[in-house]
Amino acid sequence: MRGKVVAIVVTGVVCLGLAIGYFVYVRSTTDARIAGADGPATADRADVLAAPHVVFRNSALGTDYGRLAAVKLDDAAGARAIFDISCERSYATADAGVCVTAKRGVVQTYGVSTLGPELQQVSATELVGLPSRARISADGSLVATTTFVTGHSYAQASFSTETIIRRDGKSLGNLETWDVEVDSRPLQAVDRNFWGVTFASDDDTFYVTVASGGTTWLMKGSLSGKKLTSLRTDAECPSLSPDQTEVAYKKRLGNTTPGIWRIAVLDLATGKETLTTDLRSVDDQVEWLDDNTLLYGMPRTGADATTTDIWA
Amino acid sequence: MYVTLRGAPKSEKARESRGLRRKVPSAVVAFGMVSLLTDISSESVAAVLPLYITAVLGMGPLAYGFFDGIYQGVSAAVRILGGWWADSTRRPKWVAFVGYFASAVSRVLMLFATGFGAITAVITTDRLGKGLRTGPRDALIATASDPADLGRNFGVHRAMDTFGALVGPLIAFAVLAAVPFGLGGFHSVFVFSAAFAVLGLVVLAVAVPDLRAKEPVIAAVDVTVDRHTPGIETARDADSARDERKRRIALRLSDLARPELRRVLIVAGLLGLATVGDGFIYLALSDRGTVAATYFPLLFVGTNAAYLALAIPLGKLADRIGRGVVFIGGHALLLGVYALTASKIGGIGTIILVLALLGTFYAATDGVLSALATQTVPEESRASGIAAAQTVVALTRFVSSVGFGLMWQLVGRTEALWMMSGLLVVALVAVIWFMRPMFTARRGNA
Repeated sequence: MRGKVVAIVVTGVVCLGLAIGYFVYVRSTTDARIAGADGPATADRADVLAAPHVVFRNSALGTDYGRLAAVKLDDAAGARAIFDISCERSYATADAGVCVTAKRGVVQTYGVSTLGPELQQVSATELVGLPSRARISADGSLVATTTFVTGHSYAQASFSTETIIRRDGKSLGNLETWDVEVDSRPLQAVDRNFWGVTFASDDDTFYVTVASGGTTWLMKGSLSGKKLTSLRTDAECPSLSPDQTEVAYKKRLGNTTPGIWRIAVLDLATGKETLTTDLRSVDDQVEWLDDNTLLYGMPRTGADATTTDIWA
Repeated sequence: MYVTLRGAPKSEKARESRGLRRKVPSAVVAFGMVSLLTDISSESVAAVLPLYITAVLGMGPLAYGFFDGIYQGVSAAVRILGGWWADSTRRPKWVAFVGYFASAVSRVLMLFATGFGAITAVITTDRLGKGLRTGPRDALIATASDPADLGRNFGVHRAMDTFGALVGPLIAFAVLAAVPFGLGGFHSVFVFSAAFAVLGLVVLAVAVPDLRAKEPVIAAVDVTVDRHTPGIETARDADSARDERKRRIALRLSDLARPELRRVLIVAGLLGLATVGDGFIYLALSDRGTVAATYFPLLFVGTNAAYLALAIPLGKLADRIGRGVVFIGGHALLLGVYALTASKIGGIGTIILVLALLGTFYAATDGVLSALATQTVPEESRASGIAAAQTVVALTRFVSSVGFGLMWQLVGRTEALWMMSGLLVVALVAVIWFMRPMFTARRGNA
């Protein structure tokens, strides 16, 4: 009997000791990396914002991990300006931005903040669920967010997303309550999900991904009509080009394994779809730098997996 | 089989008067400890897995949904297998051990899994382990228990289990709060999870007795003869062993078809069809604006707290007034849950009441179902019987949740809840009428 107690106590001490030891080690190395991190040098905010620039979430390890940052286009690998706001997802146009913020703790909460021309916080609203995508319209008046929500089904056999478009802070409703048509027939399946909104410059049209029963569609929507119509299948996380003529998105290309995508570009006028030359799997809602260049983020592999780089 | 169960009445009466002083068997407490440790292990990972997959590994919605699907669905597939395996080998402890071992291995592998295929394999292994072990685990608890204490003992086990489920996420979030950047925090959670899983394994191996169900009556005759005539044993061994196996398998199938077990399965199934899961109730509460998004995770904590507090008392109640009564009564509480959620009554009081009722429902039905299944099957089919009951509940609840979601979509949230209430009333009436024979028989009997 005593032998059994000894065995249990010894195992407990060893196992928990190892776990606590690992935890302490991780904690100290993270602190060290933060303290000694000679990450990219910082630049002046106004200076960077005045020139053509790219806004992104800083994922270089250091005290500024997760903060909103911007870098000049002609000196992308150089110094970056760091801002005071930390974001899980971010997006910016010429004079506005949006940032999904997180408050960590035992009860993790999220919010969405709209940003002004200097990327300062202008307003903040609560967000339900885990953040997935965020986009704003060109003038910043429309904000779209997609989050993962749980509890839509006890079986939870598939995930559930909630995509809400807000105009000047007021919600226009969950897209799930709108009319959806696939090839002119209404789609009312219970498992339909929406994600990845991209706005057109007329402040009414937008494109979004809709999925139901294993198929994904690229759909075109109208804010005034609260209606969505399908354009084609197998297209996720669309992004409209600045000249409004092309849409870029991820394609699964019949890959049965979820998690593998290629980027393709659709010419809206001709309906012709072209795949990009990058053969790697990209899981991101791409963004247009100009009418000819796409930007997307790719995580590094292995231990650096929380650091992503931007590729063009 | 009949002899074993019904042979109790007279001595039961004597023991009843000393009931309060009957100790909880050490096997039950030991298994409760195993479940506590394992639940800390699994719930800590479950709490941070969505975050890990989406925020850290950066996987998209479809990948997340896929993992979620496996997480929920895989265990149902192997429950009956686990029950059958435990019964045919008559080694529920070690079949359960295989299940716990698979889960512990998956925790360790979680540290190295960053790709889609790897994570799928890890989650599948973990859930297969879980499905495999629940039948044998409950069967062993039943074997260790005095038949009159089944409800209380299962209650003790479930209470310890739920305690682990409460502690796990707390540890996980505390670790993440302390190491906010990079993979390190998540890896720490996985290491803690693995540590608790290994500790649970060791407690199982060392502290839980290898209780085995009695051999089937017919085969027992042969074995007794062999034991008393050692010389003949070796010659007859091969023959009798083969015959024993054949009889064992034949007995088992016919045992599962027994009317008593069938009655329990039908009752559990009917009630399961009218059961809306807690996830849906929380969503309904937050959908009508009563619960701020911030407090959503606390809803789970509230229900679990009620479950933890009431598991043992309700188990004892089940022993006293009948397990079927408590099982059905627990489902009747759901009517209160549906009504409150569907009504316009707001305020924190309503939420607390709903959570309390939900927790009470789980306390009145989870362990009690296993007790109910135990009293209707012979010892040698215990694990299969319990596994069958759990599978029926899992499947019918799945159907009911899909149906509820559909109703919500088609006619609206409030209407769907009232419809479910109606369905539940019908199910309750049907079940009470159906269970009449069990109420008129003496409680504690088959």
